[in-house]
Amino acid sequence: MGILTREQLLEIYYYMKLTRTIEERLTHLYRQGKIVGGLYRSLGQEGESVASAYALEPGDFIAPMIRNLGSLLVRGVKPWEIFTQYMARGTSPTRGKDSVVHFGSVERGIIPPISHLGDLIPVMAGIALASKMKRLRSVALTYIGDGGTSTGVFHEGLNFAAVFKLPLIVVAEDNGYAYSTPKHKQMAIENIADRAIGYGIFGETVDGNDVEAVYAATRRAVERARQGLGPTLLEVKTFRMRGHAEHDDARYVPAELFEHWRQKDPIDRLVRYLRENNLASEDDLAGIDSRIDAEVEHDLRYAEQSPMPDPSIALQDVYYEGVGSFPPSLEREPTYRRT
Amino acid sequence: MAVLTYLEAIRQGLWEEMERDERVFLLGEDIGVYGGAFKVTEGFLEHFGEERVIDTPISEAAIVGAAIGAALLGMRPVAEMQFIDFISCAFDQITNMAAKSRYRWGAGVPIVVRGPCGGGVHGGPFHSQNVEAYFFHTPGLKIVEPATAYDAKGLIKAAIRDEDPVLYFEHKYLYRRIKEEVPEEDYIVPIGKAAIRRPGKDLTIISYGWMLHKSLDAAHQLAAEGIDAEVIDLRTLLPLDDETILSSAAKTGKVLIVHEDTRTGGIAGEIALRITERVFEYLDGPILRVTAPDTPVPYSPPLEEFFLPQVEEIVAAARWLALY
Ligand SMILES: Cc1ncc(C[n+]2csc(CCOP(=O)(O)OP(=O)(O)O)c2C)c(N)n1
Repeated sequence: MGILTREQLLEIYYYMKLTRTIEERLTHLYRQGKIVGGLYRSLGQEGESVASAYALEPGDFIAPMIRNLGSLLVRGVKPWEIFTQYMARGTSPTRGKDSVVHFGSVERGIIPPISHLGDLIPVMAGIALASKMKRLRSVALTYIGDGGTSTGVFHEGLNFAAVFKLPLIVVAEDNGYAYSTPKHKQMAIENIADRAIGYGIFGETVDGNDVEAVYAATRRAVERARQGLGPTLLEVKTFRMRGHAEHDDARYVPAELFEHWRQKDPIDRLVRYLRENNLASEDDLAGIDSRIDAEVEHDLRYAEQSPMPDPSIALQDVYYEGVGSFPPSLEREPTYRRT
Repeated sequence: MAVLTYLEAIRQGLWEEMERDERVFLLGEDIGVYGGAFKVTEGFLEHFGEERVIDTPISEAAIVGAAIGAALLGMRPVAEMQFIDFISCAFDQITNMAAKSRYRWGAGVPIVVRGPCGGGVHGGPFHSQNVEAYFFHTPGLKIVEPATAYDAKGLIKAAIRDEDPVLYFEHKYLYRRIKEEVPEEDYIVPIGKAAIRRPGKDLTIISYGWMLHKSLDAAHQLAAEGIDAEVIDLRTLLPLDDETILSSAAKTGKVLIVHEDTRTGGIAGEIALRITERVFEYLDGPILRVTAPDTPVPYSPPLEEFFLPQVEEIVAAARWLALY
């Protein structure tokens, strides 16, 4: 340890704790029926998400998956954007058209995912390709779950990036389960990073609950990418401490596994490290926590007061020339026939 | 007869076919220990074992491709798409490998690809789609979409026994909302046959899936106004039951087609043209359609409500047509 300064560690602590606090509030909203769709938490994985995004610089691109709220917060996304998005409000980044972390903006360097797992990887390879063409030196980083690595597009995207030595970083999150499917039923290898060899790219496995290890490995990948050495498949070992989504009680996960991983909680672990090395006092941490609470409460209030979207925006931003007009323009049609 | 939900009817149909024919097996994501995302296959693993209820990696192309290969060796695979939206990942296997097999070399591919379709549950743009139009255009495929529990069971059995690839779309909004008495004994609902759910003389409403129920509600309201609508449940989308569609169109002279899928390139267009080609002289008005607009399915409730065809819109279109 020791590559991150005290300030950086406290900032990472802030983002991890902010992630967890927002998600706790989201769970509460979910139980109140205020989140109309699904809710996917990153409990236990906040460390890898935050630390990997933290290793990027302005001008780099990131594409989150459902459990990468932490990465978005690092990139400057505000809690109100998350709340309004989950609560389907008209003020949300997608104005209620999509849910979860399915939003982005090219200006902010955020590319949104679609639900189809793996589909982001070729797209991020394309971001990396254009970055190279335009001599931008931007790096493209995205995430994939252990389950998502079983898709065909995962292979096509990584292989493509490998052939052209594109500045792409794929963080593969081994969190034990893909929905109910344990990793050994998803692949016949122990370490996802071993797949890198088949593409001729750099692969590395790190402890995903150790923020310094994740940060350091991502930095190495960023350096290689900027030097033109091509993509990295960075595997982070962590654990999903809840079900797939809030409706799933995860009965299929043996209790011992939760117990085992609870000991390794990434936030507790960072706090221990900070204390043991006299890097943060109780007051420092309490100060950060209360700042988070105030911020979250403020943004949550804003979201709850935000209106639902106006139905008419459903027709905006798509191919639409009135053929799809609905209900059918009943006055116009007979007149049209008679003329 | 037991009263079953739409979901239980699918489940029972699958179960009975697996009992009846050893060649039938299931494959898909989380269908075993978890019993499927919607619990359609709950209890199957315990009863039929791991060889016949296979939890797969997240690999739709491999799931369907493997089903095709196994079918070529005489098995009867039923592949589940966790949400039907993800069938796009297996598009090539379905439209090129499975659909063209019999035509090219005489080998039928008796697979079923099934999964939850449709909106109404705030699933957003990737968990709410109706994907029939992508496949409707592909010769060699059959497509079914039941609207009732009775049909759900009868059609899954017919699909499994069919010698060719059948896409079985089950509407997730209906899973636990629709129930009726379903016979315990073996029966099938033949693929390719529509059903007249409500006979009428003033106009014909053609629909399927969730929208059949909205069409029936609309017909009920129209009856109060003295408009007698005939309501047809397509049940099979490919091949279409021309006989039922054309004779009803010729009888009433006015046709309204209602589907949840978006408008442009939707299957209403094909049905309308078949009617004009064959029974034009019997028509007393333009063929209308009530569909979703040409947008993705939005997430937020007011937007999704706006997107989905509503009973009032069906009533308005039917009333206009009746008065035409
Ligand atoms: C192509 C595709 N198939 C199926 C799904 C349905 N689905 C959504 S998340 C999920 C499990 C994902 O597991 P993993 O990639 O390991 O990520 P984790 O949820 O563990 O973070 C599945 C099967 C999907 N989104 N995309």
